[in-house]
Amino acid sequence: MQQEVVLALLAKEPAHGYQLRARLRQALGPLGDAMNDGQVYVTLTRLEKAGQVTAERAVSDPDRPDRKVYGLTAAGHRRVADWLAEVSWPKPDLAEFHLKLLAAAAARLADPIAIVDAQRRELLRRLRDAERAAMAEPDGSEPALLLEGIVLRLQADLRWLEACERAWTRRRSQDQGSRR
Amino acid sequence: MQTVETVMLAARGLGKEYGKDDGLVRAVDRVDLEVLRGETVAVMGPSGCGKSTLLHLLGGLDRATAGEIWLAGQRIDQMSERGMAAIRRDDVGFVFQAFHLMDELTALENVELPMLLAGRAPRTARRRAAELLERVGLADRARHLPSQLSGGQRQRVAIARALANEPLIVLADEPTGNLDSEATLDVLRLFEQLHGAGQTLVIVTHDSRIAATADRLISMRDGAFIDETRLTGGVSGQRGVGGDLSALVNLEG
Repeated sequence: MQQEVVLALLAKEPAHGYQLRARLRQALGPLGDAMNDGQVYVTLTRLEKAGQVTAERAVSDPDRPDRKVYGLTAAGHRRVADWLAEVSWPKPDLAEFHLKLLAAAAARLADPIAIVDAQRRELLRRLRDAERAAMAEPDGSEPALLLEGIVLRLQADLRWLEACERAWTRRRSQDQGSRR
Repeated sequence: MQTVETVMLAARGLGKEYGKDDGLVRAVDRVDLEVLRGETVAVMGPSGCGKSTLLHLLGGLDRATAGEIWLAGQRIDQMSERGMAAIRRDDVGFVFQAFHLMDELTALENVELPMLLAGRAPRTARRRAAELLERVGLADRARHLPSQLSGGQRQRVAIARALANEPLIVLADEPTGNLDSEATLDVLRLFEQLHGAGQTLVIVTHDSRIAATADRLISMRDGAFIDETRLTGGVSGQRGVGGDLSALVNLEG
């Protein structure tokens, strides 16, 4: 679990670990299904050691010592502010796939177009899963917005694969032409 | 368990040529296709690959220059113009990118029209049209003219109209081509609902979103099929949501 995400969830007010988990589930919907519940606690413990989070036993419930209330320290608040100001964007590694096609063609180890086809099938399956999840979400839900981003991104990747297919098909016919 | 699968629509060696000699264009080049009852098939390819022409041939909007077309066991490509018109009206539902609604008719009247043309009693037609609009979520827009509806709403009216005469098959040509992301999702939901109700669907598109929701995806280039991908386990085989979804978000760090 990314530390900044957990810190930012505490920026509004101190909370129990289970409340953070619930908040993540609400934001991610079916995409959070694979989330391991322990991850949040592991991250909280690390942040506590780093002095960015404080943990206090909830006085109201002495029978449940595990129910700690977590809050941000000044250092924790600063890290959240830095994170919000930071410009970052997850990048899919297109270069690796691009180089795979080049290597496959150069060494004649595999047909680049077959590699593109296999990749396209995989992305279509992911797109189908994302679409089905999006269709199941009520209008305006938080996960719906995330799923829309995933759908648009997969579409962009699929468009690039079409461009790859066109380019490699052209190269293949040129190669065949020059060998004749 | 062995299930009996019926072929709803079949094309054998289907071709459409324009021009001749050096100017010969094979818009559809000896295509073989079988669509099972209840199946959703998407044909995907870049513009100009022949997918719209193919759809027009399949629905009898245009005549093939080669091959055969069978709809529910009946050969339709050699029919008279009259017979073809009856097939288009009674057995095939069309959905187009540009909706093709009658501008001067209300949503309800647009849906009613194919039923009246097929000779149904006006009262029956009105009742069924209202039901269909309800089914596409537009019961409250029945008296609106197309110009008073959004693009997504117009396409839903067009889908309701396509279903009017309980067609054997619905043929859709780029149905989400003019729609934004949200309206696209509405149309996808609707197609999913039709699929669930056992409607046979053929969709030609260059939109990977709609193609990804089909049971089977055929890639078309230069008039021919070049690749086929099965996206579901079978006509009724649908996997649960969420399985691979977590691969789409990365929360490690």
